[in-house]
Amino acid sequence: MEALFSMTTGVLAACGLFLALRGRTFPVVVGLTLLSYAVNLFLFSMGGLDTGGAVVLDDKGGSHADPLPQALVLTAIVIGFAMTAFSVILAMRARGDLGSDHVNGNRVDEPREERS
Amino acid sequence: MSVLLIVLLPLVGSLLPVMGSNDRRGRCALMTAIPPALALIVAGLHAGTVFAGGVPRAAFDWIPALGLEFAMRLDGLSLLFVLLILGIGLLIILYARYYLSPKDNLPRFYAFLMLFMAAMLGIVMADNLLLLWFFWELTSLSSFLLIGFWYHQSEARKGARMALTVTGAGGLCLLAGFLLLGHIVGTYDLQTVLDSRDMIQADPRYLPALLLVLLGAFTKSAQFPFQFWLPHAMAAPTPVSAFLHSATMVKAGVFLLARLHPALAGSEAWLYLVGLTGLATLLYGAYFALLKYDLKGVLANSTISHLGLITLLLGLDQRMAVVAALLHILNHATFKAALFMTAGIVDHETGTRDIRKLQGLWRAMPLTATVAVIAGAAMAGVPLFNGFLSKEMMLTETLETSLLGGLGWLIPALATLGSLLSVAYSIRLVHNVFFNGPPRELPRTPHEPPLPMVAPGLLLAALCIVVGVMPALTATTLIDAAARAALVGPVPELHLAVWHGFNLPLLMSAIALIGGTVLYVQRRHLFAFQRQFRIQNARLNFEAAVQWVVRGAQQLIDTLENGSLQRYMLWLVITILCLVGGTLTHTVQLRGPLPLQPLDGLLVAGALMAMFAGLATAVLHRRRLVSLLMLSIVGLVTSLAFARFSAPDLALTQLAVEVVTMILLMLALFFLPQRTPKESGAPRILRDALLAAGFGGIVASLNFAVLTRPLESISQYFVDNSVPGGGGHNVVNVILVDFRGFDTLGEITVLCIAAVGIYKLLNRLRLFMPSSDADGRPWSKDRHPMILVSVSQTILPLALLVSVFIFLRGHNAPGGGFIAGLVTAVALILIYIARGVDWSQRRLSFQYQPIAVAGVGVAALTGLGSWAFGYPFLTSSFGHFHIPLIGDVELATAMLFDLGVYLTVVGATLMILANLGKLTTPHRPSKQKEKA
Repeated sequence: MEALFSMTTGVLAACGLFLALRGRTFPVVVGLTLLSYAVNLFLFSMGGLDTGGAVVLDDKGGSHADPLPQALVLTAIVIGFAMTAFSVILAMRARGDLGSDHVNGNRVDEPREERS
Repeated sequence: MSVLLIVLLPLVGSLLPVMGSNDRRGRCALMTAIPPALALIVAGLHAGTVFAGGVPRAAFDWIPALGLEFAMRLDGLSLLFVLLILGIGLLIILYARYYLSPKDNLPRFYAFLMLFMAAMLGIVMADNLLLLWFFWELTSLSSFLLIGFWYHQSEARKGARMALTVTGAGGLCLLAGFLLLGHIVGTYDLQTVLDSRDMIQADPRYLPALLLVLLGAFTKSAQFPFQFWLPHAMAAPTPVSAFLHSATMVKAGVFLLARLHPALAGSEAWLYLVGLTGLATLLYGAYFALLKYDLKGVLANSTISHLGLITLLLGLDQRMAVVAALLHILNHATFKAALFMTAGIVDHETGTRDIRKLQGLWRAMPLTATVAVIAGAAMAGVPLFNGFLSKEMMLTETLETSLLGGLGWLIPALATLGSLLSVAYSIRLVHNVFFNGPPRELPRTPHEPPLPMVAPGLLLAALCIVVGVMPALTATTLIDAAARAALVGPVPELHLAVWHGFNLPLLMSAIALIGGTVLYVQRRHLFAFQRQFRIQNARLNFEAAVQWVVRGAQQLIDTLENGSLQRYMLWLVITILCLVGGTLTHTVQLRGPLPLQPLDGLLVAGALMAMFAGLATAVLHRRRLVSLLMLSIVGLVTSLAFARFSAPDLALTQLAVEVVTMILLMLALFFLPQRTPKESGAPRILRDALLAAGFGGIVASLNFAVLTRPLESISQYFVDNSVPGGGGHNVVNVILVDFRGFDTLGEITVLCIAAVGIYKLLNRLRLFMPSSDADGRPWSKDRHPMILVSVSQTILPLALLVSVFIFLRGHNAPGGGFIAGLVTAVALILIYIARGVDWSQRRLSFQYQPIAVAGVGVAALTGLGSWAFGYPFLTSSFGHFHIPLIGDVELATAMLFDLGVYLTVVGATLMILANLGKLTTPHRPSKQKEKA
């Protein structure tokens, strides 16, 4: 199970990074969102993968899933949303003001990055 | 503590002249002279202790964490330099008062001079390597100001820049060397370092440390091959040259060699590096001093030569050589300062420094000529003048060195040649300028300068004779004390006397004197020989080198930073891959000791779905809508994964965020191109895919490595204290609103700021609105489908009820402010989607900005509230209350904080989405503003 979980985070991170390296803003935003899923899963797993662990403290005092990564990831999810929103609207603004949706703000007909 | 005063008085004194005015120059000079004079008195009071073998010391901590202590010591070596710096410094203050023209800003000059003086004193008295380096750099900076004092002259600016570049670069090497020494010894305390000679020289880092320290010293002391900056520093006013190149700046390098002599010297490396560098510099400087036509150029090259002599002595492996070096430091400072002053007077009174134009000046200025003759004789090493003593000692020591082994006879032979050249240029300097026939036509008619301007030179010339005639009475005690500090173990007994009987050194001296005179008389042959060479201008070469470096750096920057964000991202990723991947290769085994948990079908299905959807998002990224739908699958599976692994809070949050994210991205996509044009070629795709695969591989490996290793978590503290300390059974929520409440406050603030930023970005944004989708199909006419309208309106009250429920139970069961806020926001957005912005805006007439801000405010005030009860910020309290009809209820102040979180999340989310939605209507934010 651990191997499968790790593979999943790895694949998601790879896909997210691949998109983040694209030249147009929208795939980059999608890539960042994908990357943030991978990061959240990764961080969450730092507390171990508990199946059926106790979630709230009851009087029986059973084994409790690690709450600290959960608390950190919870805020990370919300902040991740704020970041996605900010970057996508920045992209819209860039398109409105520059007339291009290339990350470098280039015109479509003169891409600078093409050299490499 | 009075030792500190010696440095602090001139340091504070650098502010005094600024208060004076340029019109009352006498008073300004007097005011400037007071602090160094007082410092000289303080040093004099300590002299007795130092001669008796004591080392007065004062210190206080500066940055203890770095091992930096503001520690000052006054041992014999320090005292020798302190007396030189302050004594000659005072004479320079007097001299400069008459030298500088009324157009020059005298207060500014004095301020720089005092700053430089304080920095020099700091170097020679520092008792901590880092502090020494600090003052070392301060001398580089303040000498830059002094050399460039006539900043309207291009020569001065360039000379100053060259000096700063060379000595500054050397200073950085020195710092590296000091850091290495500090690492070897374990402290930067000077005495400990000096006492750790064996430990340092046995360490493999000794050689690099030695090289770096020597680079610092050689650049500062203008040793070959770094000698080129010194002649160009002559663009400075002559008082500066007289000070910097006799007693101070360039002496800092040889001071450092003497200072660290106990710790670093004694090895083969030291003997060869220092000894041969000194010898090369001695000959180079002496030869070129003979050829220069500029009076100050001659002096500059002779300074290089004499510094080479001192370096040679410090490098030799005899103990007596170090004593000779110290004596020559003293002698050189006196005669060279006097000579610079006479050169300045000649320049000042005749208007030229060109030796070819000057002759026979002794009639016009007999006093100045006297000073020049005496100081020149001292420089040439004529008996009965102080230079003779140290030269004799030097010749004696070169005879006994083991340097060069079988070829050791070269050393005394070359030293004699150096002395010979020294005699020749000294005679040329004095004879050519002051005698050599009747005076010629000059820019100004020369006459004797005012007495106070000659007086410093006269005093120094008198010193040259007094020390030269009665060395045992005058210099022995001081040099002896200095040698104690620069040598380990007993100091060889110093017999300073003019007459040692007929011996080999005397013969060498005689050869030098006679040979030098002959060479001077026959000098035209030498000049004719030299004319066959092309003249190398060090300044032009240096400028060319600087330009070359700048061009190279620019090219490198252009390659690395071509303005493409994609390129920067690439560099970042490559760096991560190298750093993390490199560390991972050091791990012996990826898999840890924990047993693996079993798989089940559902897990495999979920993981496959996530991976498939993730890959599809990437592969289909040019068809944006499809890519987006695939992304939403990943989000949902992530949410399920949280639920599967015992994190219901996260699952709920992820689910709600997933909804708002998708709505947001859909809306954004409406305004952006529906398709991505094909831009990247196959090699680029391959490169990025490989990079991404590598990155993913590293993430997966790391994750697997952590998951299979035993976990040591600090979470038990939170689990144990959640009920007794926070009054809640849902530990995640208690952490959010109580234990780590301050973090959460920061996070909702960030959320609010992001929303405000988006609000501003949307202001006055005009975007093209397509009337059809990517395939050319027009949008549906039915903009508000009936079913969606009915469902959304039915759901709203239910959703609000659910969010209240989730909010209230959050402290004890999965839920809380974040999730409740998101549920409310989703319900409201559904109304917007179903009914359109116009309809919704009429009914939901409130602004969202104040809500978000109020949320942050409520949370912050809750935190501040605990101050009112005398508790630290964000302390929470809770209690059980009995409410009729409802029963026992546990209420905590943390709940109020959670309310703030709730309001912020609702406000910020709607601020983002509702404002974005408004772009589709005539009610754009800009228009609203105009109405208001």
